[in-house]
Amino acid sequence: MCVLHLMLQGFDPPHQSETRTIYVANRFPLHGHYIPTVTFSNGDVFQYTIWNFVPKNLFEQFRRIANFYFLIIFLVQLMIDTPTSPVTSGLPLFFVITVTSIKQGYEDWLRHKADNEVNGAPVYVVRSGSLVGDIVRVAKDETFPVDLVLLSSDRPDGTCHITTASLDGETNLKTHYSVAETSVCQSVSQLESLQAVVECQQPEADLYRFVGRMTVTLLGEEIVRPLGPENLLLRGARLKNTKEIFGVAVYTGMESKMALNYKCKSQKRSAVEKSMNSFLIIYLCILLFEAILSTILKYAWQSEEKWNEPFYNQKTEQERNSSPILKFISDFLAFLVLYNFIIPISLYVTVEMQKFLGSFFIGWDLDLYHEESDQKAQVNTSDLNEELGQVEYVFTDKTGTLTENEMHFRECSINGTKYREVNGKLVPEGLTDDSPDGSTPHMELLFLKAVALCHTVQISYDQPDCMVPGSDPFSHVNGFSANHMEYYASSPDEKALVEAAKRIGITFISSNGDTVEIKTFGKTEKFKLLHVLEFDPNRRRMSVILQTPSGGQIMFTKGAESAILPFATSGEMEKTRLHVDEFALKGLRTLVVACRHFSPEQYTEVDRRLNAARTALQQREEKLQEAFNFIERDLQLLGATGVEDKLQDKVQETIEALRLAGIKVWVLTGDKHETAVSVSLSCGHFHRTMNILELLQQRSDNECAEQLRRLARRIKEDHVIQHGLVVDGASLSLALREHEKLFMEVCKNCSAVLCCRMAPLQKAKVVRLIKTSPEKPITLAVGDGANDVSMIQEAHVGIGIMGKEGRQAVRNSDYAIARFKFLAKLLLVHGHFYYIRIATLVQYFFYKNVCFITPQFLYQFFCLFSQQTLYDSVYLTLYNICFTSLPILVYSLFEQLVHPHVLQSKPALYRDISRNSMLSFRTFLYWTLLGFCHAFVFFFGSYILMGEDTTLMGNGQMFGNWTFGTLVFTVMVITVTLKLALETHFWTWMNHFVTWGSIAFYFIFSLFYGGIIWPFLHTQDMYFVFVQLLSSGSAWFAIIIIIITCLFPDVIKKVFYRHLQPTNTQKSQVQLTNTHPYVNQSCPQAVCKECFWLFFCQLVEGKDYFLSIF
Amino acid sequence: MQKKENQEVENRPDNTAFTQQRLPAWQPILSAGIVIPLFVLVGLAFIGIGVALFVTSRNLHVLEVWKNNLLWLNMALYVFFSPQGPVFFYYGLTNYFQNQRAYGVSKDYNQLSGDLDYFTFFFSIVPDSTCKPYRYDVNNKPIVPCGSLANSMFNDTFNLYQMKNGVKEEVPLDGKGISWWTDYNIKYRNPSVNPLRNAFNGTVKPLYWSKPAYELDPTDTANNGFINQDFLVWMRRSALPNFRKLYRRITDGLPAGNYSLEISYNYPVIAFDGKKKVAFSNVSWMGGKNEFLGIAYLVIGSLCLVMSVVMLIIYAKFKFPEED
Repeated sequence: MCVLHLMLQGFDPPHQSETRTIYVANRFPLHGHYIPTVTFSNGDVFQYTIWNFVPKNLFEQFRRIANFYFLIIFLVQLMIDTPTSPVTSGLPLFFVITVTSIKQGYEDWLRHKADNEVNGAPVYVVRSGSLVGDIVRVAKDETFPVDLVLLSSDRPDGTCHITTASLDGETNLKTHYSVAETSVCQSVSQLESLQAVVECQQPEADLYRFVGRMTVTLLGEEIVRPLGPENLLLRGARLKNTKEIFGVAVYTGMESKMALNYKCKSQKRSAVEKSMNSFLIIYLCILLFEAILSTILKYAWQSEEKWNEPFYNQKTEQERNSSPILKFISDFLAFLVLYNFIIPISLYVTVEMQKFLGSFFIGWDLDLYHEESDQKAQVNTSDLNEELGQVEYVFTDKTGTLTENEMHFRECSINGTKYREVNGKLVPEGLTDDSPDGSTPHMELLFLKAVALCHTVQISYDQPDCMVPGSDPFSHVNGFSANHMEYYASSPDEKALVEAAKRIGITFISSNGDTVEIKTFGKTEKFKLLHVLEFDPNRRRMSVILQTPSGGQIMFTKGAESAILPFATSGEMEKTRLHVDEFALKGLRTLVVACRHFSPEQYTEVDRRLNAARTALQQREEKLQEAFNFIERDLQLLGATGVEDKLQDKVQETIEALRLAGIKVWVLTGDKHETAVSVSLSCGHFHRTMNILELLQQRSDNECAEQLRRLARRIKEDHVIQHGLVVDGASLSLALREHEKLFMEVCKNCSAVLCCRMAPLQKAKVVRLIKTSPEKPITLAVGDGANDVSMIQEAHVGIGIMGKEGRQAVRNSDYAIARFKFLAKLLLVHGHFYYIRIATLVQYFFYKNVCFITPQFLYQFFCLFSQQTLYDSVYLTLYNICFTSLPILVYSLFEQLVHPHVLQSKPALYRDISRNSMLSFRTFLYWTLLGFCHAFVFFFGSYILMGEDTTLMGNGQMFGNWTFGTLVFTVMVITVTLKLALETHFWTWMNHFVTWGSIAFYFIFSLFYGGIIWPFLHTQDMYFVFVQLLSSGSAWFAIIIIIITCLFPDVIKKVFYRHLQPTNTQKSQVQLTNTHPYVNQSCPQAVCKECFWLFFCQLVEGKDYFLSIF
Repeated sequence: MQKKENQEVENRPDNTAFTQQRLPAWQPILSAGIVIPLFVLVGLAFIGIGVALFVTSRNLHVLEVWKNNLLWLNMALYVFFSPQGPVFFYYGLTNYFQNQRAYGVSKDYNQLSGDLDYFTFFFSIVPDSTCKPYRYDVNNKPIVPCGSLANSMFNDTFNLYQMKNGVKEEVPLDGKGISWWTDYNIKYRNPSVNPLRNAFNGTVKPLYWSKPAYELDPTDTANNGFINQDFLVWMRRSALPNFRKLYRRITDGLPAGNYSLEISYNYPVIAFDGKKKVAFSNVSWMGGKNEFLGIAYLVIGSLCLVMSVVMLIIYAKFKFPEED
């Protein structure tokens, strides 16, 4: 995934200049011809093609330290005379590389598949240039093959509708516009004569940003038009309701915005992976130590002539004469090769398989499936599964995450009077329903018109299917009753407001290019839309400038009260402010509405400034800001609205569960402080009993520091009760600038923190602050909107809520769930499972490799450090890939220490695994020492048995060195497998199958391997060795006693710990078996069939398909 | 509307035991309640086995004779046990590292399996280069069997006499069946040339050998070449530096009495501080006398019992704080 960046550079040296210039149809030299149909080759979007898969994937894999290390070992084995053949490390390496590349190839295939529609379709190119600059024709329901600037459509106004569902999941129709001068070129011949130049930015990944301008030469005159995102048709989006369009390609292939978004989603590494790497380094040190020690001892030993070259083992002349330094180095390398298996080669591949296969369980979980929206949990990266079990801080967005983001208009304040909506009527406060129904006062009308006009809501009509293709959907407007009309808005607040206005009687019926129609109590009014001053999070307001039917120009503005009240000059400011605060206290979301009438001179000035800013190529955004600020002032305050956002289901329980699990929950929201606090209280984030501390509206550094110190003192005085902290964005940035430590101190002692008035980047900053604090806690951010993306990316784990605000959060998240309440199961159950599984997996891998190689090291003390292997090469090769690989993989997929229900009902169990407890240095030491102890028992048990030169066979014959090695190996395979069996708590039929199957396989394989004279082998050392071993009764007894000796202390240790220091997890295991022994009886055969099929189907069909036969 | 309904359940995960991680499972808990009876059982069983092994081993006898003096060519022995069944006659070496890597690989398996192609000099490819420095003699003639392992074959010979009323009576020693059956019958083969000596034309015997391979046993033609039993015994490398190798079987047993052992001392061991020994031992189903297994079983068995008592005490004292 990371290669993409490298490849990009080869494609187009980026950012030589800030803009690129595209000649439409490459019309610098004038020669017009066109090529009918061309298929764009967009293969570069993907990491691999069939042709480059092997070399590129190999290169990628050997960039990993572990793989590279084994490659080096392999090469050393090829080059010098080493004790084992190159096959012993080559084969496992080959196996690991193959499995990994199959996995990566499969993932890439999924990506290919997902994108096939875009890639496969032929494209009609009207006029060919060098891709960029081509004029492309796209027909209805086709996807755009490249990023295009719309030139014209079959509609007279040059607009078209598209859906960007495949890009950001937003299913609503979006209207895109063409420049007026080009929209007339509706045929190929007209396009022939078009002379235009597009200037735009260099490619960038942001889907919602595009700045450019088009210079059209018309009758010798150059006309400059601004281009924005509304002119750009993105690759991957689909043309709707429009017969055909023509566009000019601006970004193609790798440079298209969609392709740029295919970069490494997550560079995040989990805590487990970090400890895994440090363990690897320790093992590398052990390896080096053992190799150096052996080399030194070898020479110490050989300094005596009688050991160096006894008469029976003389050296060749060449060996005698070779340089001592060279010999020393080659001996060192040989020892390195001999002991190299202490680095678990298959660890990475097993971990990867575990993560990849294990992550299916999240998507499969019915408890994480949201029935109403038909959405299941989605895993975007499987690298972080276990991190879900380590979370210490949860940062959550409020709107759409804690709440439904389903807005309902409740109250409003118009010109200082509060109104409620009752049955589609506005009822002033204090009056009852039956108020005299007559004329609506002027201010009220203006307010409602403002609400109905100042927005970016779109209308979609339920069209009959037999609609004539290509006909304009909006031509039917007046023929449709309002019931068939549905509003689409990117902001749910706007939608709620427009719908409320409609209920009250002012219906927004159409917006067609530059006219907006509303129906005021049955009377249609047409407004000319002059300008839209779009919403942005910095200004926190938006405006429209309209020409009223009577001819005047008026601007309606709506936005956050802090963004409007300062600029208002008339109207009931004090009363409105009061009402806004009241709304906020009730937990309503508030917006303030204002207007401004322009005189003709004022409007000319406004128009000029806006156009200048919009066509600017450099610093357009700054210039626009300036213009907006110039326009949006001297406002006349009309009133305020209060919109209710319902809390999601079970938010309170979830937050409570997280808190019991030892997770601190922080709510970060852009809302007003009062709204935020009231929602916080209603969702259980703040308790009534909590002492709420406030850090609000700090204006200066000193003031802020003083307040922080005061808060710290209060916490110290009052440490019995819980504290909650409320901070607003402005105070936070002050606190973070100078008094980070003090602020952290206060935060850590608060059980709940609420940050309001936060800008998106501030959210990320808060996350980073906690993330980088000295304890380095694991953070999780959860949000649903584009404004949460930065926080989601910053946190260790980012969770997207599949809400109403598009898919941006989901696309940038690591995991996506439909509702906030699913977080509890995701963390408490899945996180717990994944963590214990992978932690044991990692520890066990190191353990089994210590067991494996230490006897070989010990054997060197008995063979003059001559690098004689203890085990046969085939055993060396297969130990990690056959004999001991499956039990741990199955364990790491299915292990459950406690039943999921218990985990969820007892969140405190989560604390048992917090702070990476199962991979602490102590547990690592335990496993490593255990490995060494077991290895000593294997080796010296066999040594005492065989070493004292007695025969072990009934016929008096003697065993040789290979029998000795095989005895140690047999004991080891069984012990290592049984050790895992001791660790296993959840024995499904698969665990039984692989555990006993592995041991059986070892026996069967050994009998087979030793039972044949293998024609291609150089020596037949192992011929009948295993059978001879098993024919000895003593050997059987020895095997049993050595295994028991190894495992018996472990069992005792487990029992003692369980009874003397039981963990909460162990306690709940006992309770569970006491209350209702959980043993499900069902037909094992059916289960077997079922799960193999499921894995198979998942692999074949990608993500979303299930065979319905089960 | 129908279409919509279908769509709604499209993404619904399957409700199966596998996908929901509810597979039927056995969930054992290693608690004292289970482990104590288990330990008692295992402990008792092990003590039983240990006693049996120990008694078996006690009934076996072994007589070891060290010979560290070059001059002892005749040794008087007094055997004061008269074991049942055949007695096995071993020779042993100490400080002898048959398990060195370079030594162990120094052989040519193709030669030893009777492939005549590997008997001749062929472009420095055969015999196997691992045989160095015992590959060719000074005249570039290939050595058969080549390599250090074969070259250093043990070549002392022993004769055992029973002293009956002052008369030496030779005890018959059986040299058959002292090597693995598979080594003798399958793994090692002589070239199918009759007489065998013709196969060795153009080759030389290993430097340290006094006789060529085809004349190792003048008394038995089937015991020559690569399937000579003594040779096979030697070629199976010992695992550790102090080892015994089976020399002969005394089928009729060894009644108590005075014996004389005659040794033709050829094999040098002084240079590497080695010692030689001979040992006579009878065997049971479990092999020769080996007290280790019996003791190990007894120790672990009693440990199991002791630990189960300790656990019982702990269990009684600190029962689970279940009400939590």
